[in-house]
Parts: sequence; structure tokens; C-alpha cells
Amino acid sequence: MIIHLSPPHQHGGDSIQASMLSVIFALLPASLCAVWLFGWLAVWQILTCIGVCMLSEWVAMRMMKRVSRLHDGSAALTGLLLALILPAATPWWMSIMGAVFAIILGKQVYGGLGYNPFNPALSARVILLISFPLAMTSWLIPAQAMPAGVDLYDISTTLALFFGGPEAMGQTLDAITMASPLGYVKDDARQGISVALSLQTHGYSYLDAFIGKETGSMGETSALALLIGGIILISRNTIRWHIPVSYLLTVAVLAAIFNTIDGDRFAPPLFHLLAGGLMLCAFFMATDPVSSPMGVKGHVVFGVGCGVLTWVIRTWGGYPEGAMFAVLLMNCAVPFIDHYFRPRVYGHQRKTP
Amino acid sequence: MFDWLQFFRPTPPFSGGVLLDMHKITDASPIADCPLPEVLIHPLKQHIGASCELLVSVGDHVFRGQKIGKSKGYVSAPVHAGTSGKVVRIEDHIVPHPSGLGMPCIFIEADGLDQSIEAKNSITDWINHAPSLLREQVRLAGITGLGGAGFPTYIKLLKDQRHPIHTVVLNGIECEPWLTHDHRLMIEHSDAIVEGLAILLHLVGSPRGVIAIEDNKPIAILAMQQAIDAYTSNAKNQAAIIMVVQSLPTRYPQGSEKQLIQAITGQEVPAGKLPMHTGVLCQNIASTEAIYRAIVQGKPLTERVITVSGDALPIPANLRVRLGTPMRFVFSHCGLRQWDGIQIVHGGPMMGERLKNAEAPVVKSTTGLLAMARNTLMAEHQGEEPCIRCGHCSEVCPIHLVPNMLADFTRQEQFDKAESYQLFDCIECGCCSHVCPSHIPLVHYFRYGKGQLAQIRKEKSFAEASRQRSEQRNSRIVQEKAAKAARRSRVRQQAKKILPPETKDDQP
Repeated sequence: MIIHLSPPHQHGGDSIQASMLSVIFALLPASLCAVWLFGWLAVWQILTCIGVCMLSEWVAMRMMKRVSRLHDGSAALTGLLLALILPAATPWWMSIMGAVFAIILGKQVYGGLGYNPFNPALSARVILLISFPLAMTSWLIPAQAMPAGVDLYDISTTLALFFGGPEAMGQTLDAITMASPLGYVKDDARQGISVALSLQTHGYSYLDAFIGKETGSMGETSALALLIGGIILISRNTIRWHIPVSYLLTVAVLAAIFNTIDGDRFAPPLFHLLAGGLMLCAFFMATDPVSSPMGVKGHVVFGVGCGVLTWVIRTWGGYPEGAMFAVLLMNCAVPFIDHYFRPRVYGHQRKTP
Repeated sequence: MFDWLQFFRPTPPFSGGVLLDMHKITDASPIADCPLPEVLIHPLKQHIGASCELLVSVGDHVFRGQKIGKSKGYVSAPVHAGTSGKVVRIEDHIVPHPSGLGMPCIFIEADGLDQSIEAKNSITDWINHAPSLLREQVRLAGITGLGGAGFPTYIKLLKDQRHPIHTVVLNGIECEPWLTHDHRLMIEHSDAIVEGLAILLHLVGSPRGVIAIEDNKPIAILAMQQAIDAYTSNAKNQAAIIMVVQSLPTRYPQGSEKQLIQAITGQEVPAGKLPMHTGVLCQNIASTEAIYRAIVQGKPLTERVITVSGDALPIPANLRVRLGTPMRFVFSHCGLRQWDGIQIVHGGPMMGERLKNAEAPVVKSTTGLLAMARNTLMAEHQGEEPCIRCGHCSEVCPIHLVPNMLADFTRQEQFDKAESYQLFDCIECGCCSHVCPSHIPLVHYFRYGKGQLAQIRKEKSFAEASRQRSEQRNSRIVQEKAAKAARRSRVRQQAKKILPPETKDDQP
């Protein structure tokens, strides 16, 4: 606690809590969409992740003998983000593990809020993906298309599914899950099937992908809900538009170029924009202030980097989805970007390196 | 709120900056005279530069406008008595500075007659006088930058052939919240200001004068425009000069000299250079009025207009206050009776200083006095939260610094790193601290860092000087030795020639 008498004496009124709550508010459309698609299961996942994240934060702060910072909402936000990037069919213990990873390994080991080099929710998601590849790539069929006997809007059914897994319902994992569009396009491409044919055979529809009816993680499926959230964030000045716009534009431009060159092997730009975790990563993960660069120039460099990496991993990488890897990789480059893409200081010809 | 229309608007006059709650509650209150207190307190240093030399002693009788402190050195300004009366004490007293430290002050007990020393050197036909003479008049009047910095004004009025001034900018921006003294001056004394501007143009030999006013002061813009029209339509005034009023969109810190020059000319003042190197002279509105009074009326600076305001003040006002009036007297005049929980701010809330008490006097650099309820100000013991790197600080920085990184370097005592990130270019406008969601007192860190760096530089230059001295000494010793040896061998050679070779007694 320092005594400071230096000006200014008036404060604008912004606070960490306000910006965290603003992001949580902007995630509401995506969360509601998740509840619409996956019923009570989404509610259990979200509550579990938020609860465990806040508990981990509290325990970690206690262990480090620091003042608890639960009120600022950053742990709750991490929990919500993590829940939204998990598949709906994730078993309860995996969600809990993810939440603990996110707070402890993703944030607190580095020194807590403001010091984490990586986005906590994304790093937890990647840890889970690498540890449990099957569970993390089994996408639950939305409630509207579920086979009979599994009602996601029924509390007891969803509790059984959440805690007991599909076996408790007398189902197999395969029966209630599907591959994601990115997944089957990639698999089909390995067998030499063109993108258009692959989409056609799986009954892919751009409108469904926009609204969110295609399979994916809980909060990632609806591009519409995420766009609304992104516009809320930008209009409330919580984030600036440069990262999401440069990110999405880069993916779209790359996809358009290669789709024009060879339409059979490379998916069209709209497919890329609507698929997987791109929208969520662009508006909510890449814009995480702590792990993203500062300044407009840095934002654009970061966004373009994320875009290139996402498209490259999706097209040539081993995983069907590359958005989260792209953001985490670009997180590594943030100190570098911050140093070399500083703005030119007033009155100086160019910045000194 | 995000400004969705920003893409369709012309680029803002300067980058960065913030929109503030202006609280200009005294906008419409005319300038009133503050009564004379019983005792005036005149600090011997009210400006940037050297302290004044005492000219009076205890028991002397002085008149208003009599010089009581003589300027010492180039960067200095004399001090004049505020009223007629007797010098009762000369001792250290608190001055408006956050340290609360004292400084030698002259206490004058008013005799109530308020007799002025007879005005001499009143120059109404200044156009026929040499600029150097007028400049000396400004120097003797003790005028300093009345916008708060307190830099002696006459120094800036130099007509320099190498850097001709193409534009004189009058700073009527007044971007600090609460303050309205310049606004009222522009409305009520627009003629004096326009003539003051004409004097300035004559002084520096510039053809163009711009009066910059933010668009939240439409009445002032109108008043100045009318005054300019009236002045230029007068046949006896020369027509070779152009005077215009320029309205600028409201945005803090537009009143900062560097930002104002950028807003008006589109040019940046190069680092390490002065505004005059870009051919621009910036002058404060109040200083210009003071220049007019000093030259046309022959009056030295003994009073100024200040805004007394704040959310805890019963009767906020714009007052013409005699320099040296104790602040407590001014606040009492404005109805302040309840002093508990009140924080006095000297200047505006963005760049002013918190004072520990109201005993200090009003000085030349006092632009305003605010009585604020403590709970509405940023708390003194603000819990500083961790930086979340949101980048708002660098967005609003008008100098394009990266405040949060600078604060990190300062906190970690990496002062060389802070210097390489241009810490010294910081103008301490306070925008970064104002928007910081983590309530980090960034300006506080920067001041600390600058102080430490100045100390390091001093020590370095001291060490460098001793190193050079020691090197010089060594080389001198070597040279002397060599010279001695050369002389000795020369003497020996001569001795060999004169004396026979067998006499070798003088050899060591």
C-alpha cells in the first residue's frame, strides 16, 4: 500500500471487475445458445466449471497467503469460457480437472491475474485435448437431433449423462455423438474425397452452422451468438476491433485464395469462418487483454499471426481444429510483438529498438 | 462507449487523450473581486528558475506593485508587493507544493489604503517601440506562464532570426475540468486579450495569431471573434497581421503545448526541441492579458483570475485575487466553513496538486483552487491491483508511450530500460492513471522514475567529470615530466657546448 498524492485526482471509473463482467455479459448469447442446444447438460457443465474455477482460485490465494480476488470475476470468466469450449459430453471429472488446470496451471503458477502468458481456459482445453483425445473430439448431438430416449431438456437424464456417461443411459458414446464438420472434412480429404462432396454427404448447411445447429463445443457452434457477443464487447469498449477483424479476415483471405486455386482440396472461406472455435477464439480468446499484445499495430500483427496459424493447422496440421493452438502459439510471441511494434513516440522520428 | 462513427470522421486533431466530465459549474459566473486579506504572503520563488533576491527588510513600507524581490539570473521573474502596507515578517512559509515544505516568504500587513506605486512606462503606442524594450517591460512586470507551469514569459518572447515564429497561438483551451478562469477572461476581457495578442505578434515579428478555443466554450469563441473584428476594423491598427479564432473539438489534454501545436499545425515538436523550433509560440490567455496590462497600463503582475470551485464548496466563483492571498481566506470568502473530509487541490484535478492544508498563498501559477470531498477523489490509499494489460493507458497516451510497461520498469528499478522507452517524454497529463481499471498510480511511478533517473545522470556526470579531471591531471603530469626532461636535456646540451666536458658537478 503506497500513499500517492500525485495527480490525477479524478478517476474515469473503470475497473477490472467491470471489464470482466462485461465479457461475461457478452458471453450470455453463446451460453444461452448452449443451453438451447444441449439442455440441462450445458447448465451442469457451466456451473461445474465456474464453481471449480472459483474454488481453485480461492484455495490458491489462500495457499499463497494473498487477499482473495474472487470479486473481480476473472476466475468466473475463465470457468465460463472453459465450459463453452468443452464438448457437451465431457464427463464431470474431466470438467473439474480442466477447471483446476485452468486456474492453477494456467494462471496462478505464473503469479495470478495479469501475469499468465497463456489464456488460462485455452491452455486447460489443450491439456485436456492432449490427455483425452477421444472425449475431447466426441461432439454431442444437439437436443433437437438426439435419438429418442435421450432428452437433454430432462434434469434426471442430463444428470445421469453428466455423472454416469452414456453407459448409464444404456447408450454408447458413438450413438449420441458425431464428428464435427472440420473433423469429417479432414478425414474425407485424407481419403481423397472433395470438400463439397464431403459436406454434401454429411448434410452440412451454412445456415445451420451460422445459427449453431452443426456439432461442436458447447459455446462454439453458433457463429450468430458469438458475433452478437463480439459486437457487445466492441461497442462497450471492452476490446478493440483490431484483433478479431484481422484474425477473421486473415483466415477468410487465405481460405479464399487456396479455395480458388483448388476447390476440391481447400474448404471455402465461409466454411472456415463458421466452423470450430474460430469465432469464439477471435472475439473472446485472442482478445484476452493479459495474454494479447497492446497497441493497434501489435493487435493487427497478433490477429494476422493467429489467422495464418489457424488456417495452416486446419489445412495441413494433425488436428482438425487449429484456432486454440494458434492463439496459444501467438501468446508466446506477445513479449516480442510488444517490444517491436511499439507506437512511434511523439516528436521522435522512429522508435528506438 | 465505442464510437461507431469514428471511421467516417476526419482524424482527430491529436492522437490519444480522453473525454472528461468537465464539471464547469462556474462557466456563467462573472469574474468578481476577492477582498483584500489582512496579510499577504509573497513567496520569493513563484516560477521555474532561480529564487529572487530580497529587496526589502522587516518594517519597510511598500506600495502595491513595488518590486520586493529582484530576479536573479536569466530564468527568473521578479516579485511585486500585492498591496500597500508594512513588511512584518520574512520567514519560511508553506507554498503550494505537495511536499508541504516551506520557502522564504515576505509577509505584508495591508494598511487598507491599497496605494499603488505610480504607473510608469505605460506604453500605449507600443507599435513604435522596439521589441527588446517591450520584452524588458514584460520581464520587469514579473509575468510568468499563468497556465500553471510558471515559466518566465519574457524568455519565450525572443525574436530569434534562426527560428522565425510564423504563428502565435493563444491557448484558450482550458481542458482541465472545473476551471473556468480563462473562459471568463475571454468573455469579459476579450479586447485586452486581442491587443495583447497584437503586442505578442509585434514582439516576435510574427504575421499570424491563432486563438485556440475548445468547442465547449461557444460564448468565448463569439466574444473573441467580435473583439478581433473590432480590433482589425480600427483604422489605426496595422493590417499586415492576421488574427483568427480556431475552434477545436473538446478533448483532454489539448491545452498541453505539444498537443495544441499538433492540433493547430499538424506538426509535432521534435523530441528535445522547443515549440519555437517549429515556428510556433504558445501563450496562455491569462499571460496575454497580463502582458497587455504590463505594457499598455504599466502594471506589474500583482493579481490574477482564479477559479474557486469543487464539489464541497458552497459558493464556487471566478475571482480576481491578489497574489499572496492565503488560500484559507479565499475559501472562506467562498463560503467554506466545514473543513472536515475536504481535500484542497491546487490547480485542476488532472494535473493539479493535493495540498495538505490551506495555509499556502495564491501564487502566480495558481489557476484554480478546488475544495473536493475526499470520497469523490481517487483515494490516497488506493489498492493498486495487478495490471491486466488492457492497453487503455497506451491508447489514451497523447505521446504514444506504453505506460504500463514504463510503470513495470520503474517498479523493478530498471531505470535505463524506462529511459529507452522514452520515460522523459511523458508530460504527466494523467490520462493513463485516469483510465486504468487497476487503479495503478502511473504518473506517480513516472515521477519517481524521472527523479531517480535525474539522480543517476547527475552521479554519472559527476563521476565522468572526476574521471576526466584525473585523466587530465595524469596527462598534465606526463607532459610536465616530458617538458622537464626536454628542458634538462637542452640545458645539458648547452652546458656541453659552453663548458669543458670534464666539469660534471651539476649532474644529479
